Amino acid sequence: MRLELVPRGDVSPWARALAPVAAVVAAILIGGLVVALMGRSPLAAFQVYFVDTLSEDWGLQEMAVKATPLLIIAVGLSFCFRASLWNIGAEGQFIIGALVGGILPLYTAGTEAGAWVIPAAMVLGALGGLAYAMIPALLRVAFGVSEILTSLMLVYVADLTLDYLVRGPWKDPKGFNFPQTVNFDATLPYLAEGGRLHAGVLVGPALALLAWFVISRTLFGFGVRVAGEAPKAARFAGFSANRMVIAAFAISGAAAGLAGIVEVLGQIGQLKPGISSGYGFTAITVAFLGRLHPLGMIFGALVVALTVIGGESAQIALKLPLDLTRAFQGVLLMCVLAADALVSYRVRLVTVARA
Amino acid sequence: MARSLDPQGQAGAPPLVSLRGIVKRFGELTANDGVDLDIRAGEIHALLGENGAGKSTLVKILFGLLQPNEGEIRWQGRPITLSSPEDAGRLGIGMVFQHFSLFDNLTVAENIAVALPRSESRRSVARRIGEVGQRYGLALEPERPVWTLSAGERQRIEIVRALLREPKLLILDEPTSVLTPQEADTLFLTLEKLASTGCGLLYITHRLEEVKRLCTGATVMRAGKVVAACDPRVESVRRLASLMVGSEVTEVRAAPAHQLGPVRFELRQLSLAPEDVHGVPLRGVDLAVRGGEIVGVAGVAGNGQAELFAAMSGERLAEGPDAVVIDGRPVGREDIDARRRRQAAFVPEERNGHAAAPNLTLSENVVLSRHATGGVAKGGLIDSRAAAAVAAEVIRVFDVRKGRADPPAGTLSGGNLQKFVVGREILREPGVLVVNQPTWGVDAGAAATIRQALVDLAARGAAVVVISQDLDEIFAIADRIAVIHDGRLSATHPAREIDREKIGLLMAGSAEEHPHAA
Repeated sequence: MRLELVPRGDVSPWARALAPVAAVVAAILIGGLVVALMGRSPLAAFQVYFVDTLSEDWGLQEMAVKATPLLIIAVGLSFCFRASLWNIGAEGQFIIGALVGGILPLYTAGTEAGAWVIPAAMVLGALGGLAYAMIPALLRVAFGVSEILTSLMLVYVADLTLDYLVRGPWKDPKGFNFPQTVNFDATLPYLAEGGRLHAGVLVGPALALLAWFVISRTLFGFGVRVAGEAPKAARFAGFSANRMVIAAFAISGAAAGLAGIVEVLGQIGQLKPGISSGYGFTAITVAFLGRLHPLGMIFGALVVALTVIGGESAQIALKLPLDLTRAFQGVLLMCVLAADALVSYRVRLVTVARA
Repeated sequence: MARSLDPQGQAGAPPLVSLRGIVKRFGELTANDGVDLDIRAGEIHALLGENGAGKSTLVKILFGLLQPNEGEIRWQGRPITLSSPEDAGRLGIGMVFQHFSLFDNLTVAENIAVALPRSESRRSVARRIGEVGQRYGLALEPERPVWTLSAGERQRIEIVRALLREPKLLILDEPTSVLTPQEADTLFLTLEKLASTGCGLLYITHRLEEVKRLCTGATVMRAGKVVAACDPRVESVRRLASLMVGSEVTEVRAAPAHQLGPVRFELRQLSLAPEDVHGVPLRGVDLAVRGGEIVGVAGVAGNGQAELFAAMSGERLAEGPDAVVIDGRPVGREDIDARRRRQAAFVPEERNGHAAAPNLTLSENVVLSRHATGGVAKGGLIDSRAAAAVAAEVIRVFDVRKGRADPPAGTLSGGNLQKFVVGREILREPGVLVVNQPTWGVDAGAAATIRQALVDLAARGAAVVVISQDLDEIFAIADRIAVIHDGRLSATHPAREIDREKIGLLMAGSAEEHPHAA
């Protein structure tokens, strides 16, 4: 007995559009089952996880704030993933972006430096992430080293570099020996008085729109798609594979670095360990939840942000472990991938009578 | 040709295998629609049909790879179900696939042993390889690694592998597509010997001359249905062809008399190391093609055709600028887009994945090869309306049949996609066109359209290079013929003055000849 996937042929666009919705519903049902098995009420969990966050103003604002770094990173990563390049080191590029971008606000803290520091820091942050992403890209182009290994290993290097700086040379002298820098003066302004929304929240959707334009309208975006789709056809089209590696890593590194400095300037206001809490990895989920489509990733980032906030509330209200949230994100991704597969293929059970 | 077992002579016995009313559907497509087929012991039975006629589906059903939705399979008169290739193997059905499934780094004996029961010792395998080889004229050295072997030798491994399981029915899918004429002759002798022992053979091909020569029965399929079952020895080739395509086949019209122009495309001592260990290096290739002529490059697959195409097109750069010359300009160090801007155009062998990206639409595939030469992209932006217009023009002029308005390239049939990728280049009116395997695996109707377009393009003054394994094709359209063997290109010979035998010897690399001698 074995299972076979049989192509369905033409699939209606409606089925494709509804697949992620069905996936979210399926994931919620599975999550509810797990909650029930843990002896809590699935309805109460649903209330805490989704309804509370979505029905209150602070919840929605928090969602947008949490979704911002995820979306910025995912939009960048989608260029790599579309070109079949596996940059899984966005976490490291995020941290280096925060570090490099943090230099200016760090050294101008307490001085009369003007508002120019903020845009300059954002540019530096993007360049920092870009430069850091060039390490796996150039190693791949020059020596054929797998970018999966190098980009992942460089995450730990970045993490420990941040650790060293905030415990050593960059430590706030008046910070009671906490591993953190001084509070920056240059931070992103809030969009509304008393709210949680900082100006960086606008960066994500703006980048998503830009990415959508680049992917669907420009020759470069076309090259990215062809490179992932059919490498030999890309070569036939005259698109250099090496240039594509450099460009895709440059974009995703710059985006991750930008996300890092936006998070620091918008949310945290200083450098300290744990500025990321795994955004660079979670963004991979976001990218595939949105099927690498820039607009789909906006949806993906919001859904994942919702589970993070809901998970924190559930921890407090229902004493559910935070690991459940991570497991739920995993279940969600599996459901989305499965829904995509089931839209394109029919599962057939083949029973083979054996003598 | 005398045969010991004539199918007509044993009409009383049930056929070895008989298919009745086989229906196989894939979604909305009915690939086999009530197919009947009988193969008798000792018979070489041809299965003819264009690409997409349903031959492969039928064969996969017969080999247990697919299960029919309806219909019955009888083996020596008994109804059976074939739910896997193991079932088929147990009954004695063997298959030689068109694309070899061999491990390049293993030896001949190892490749054969993997297909046999594990209990059999290596020594006994080697002994049996020798026996079968002797009986059927299939010489093989058991200890040679496969990557050192020619396509013909590799095919012998596949055949020996099938024969060691002592099949009663052997299915061969386009077996001569990778062989020289001499190798094909050897194969025919083997197959005739095999048939004389009572083994039934199902021979799938689109080469009608072979069918007439070898087969004693034929079943012709078109659009999933059997349109004729006949004796190919009494039918004319033209009639068989028209049964296949459903209309009289048009032959290529010779181009109107025209003057040859100056040399437009030239290779000068082009040498290039292979990209990987199993590749073929190009060794001092010389070639000059004048405007108005077609030069055919014949050769057995895997003798450097892919490397030659990559070097001609600029997918790989030559070592010096002078190695490739277009209209007098040295372009050896220019990439494929730069060469396209010099009015050159290229069509690689592989339709899906090289000439076209299968999941992109036809109009996006126009951008693929046209973006550098203007019209469909400007300032880094794609003009999708212009690309769609070009696609529509190609579709109209080359009669590309498709389902939806602008479908993904991969949904087209082989012949239609090939017409599209060739048409995409020809409508640019290139001054130089290099085509690798222009009609490989394409139905007769599409092949005729493509060949005619190549002949007409040359007549309008373009220099055309056609790399092809199909000698019939080369003789049909080429003015001059060169042969590639082991990365070396022979001198060109006027097509009127060279015969198949000479070409066959060149293809086998046995004729000593210096490129500058002719």
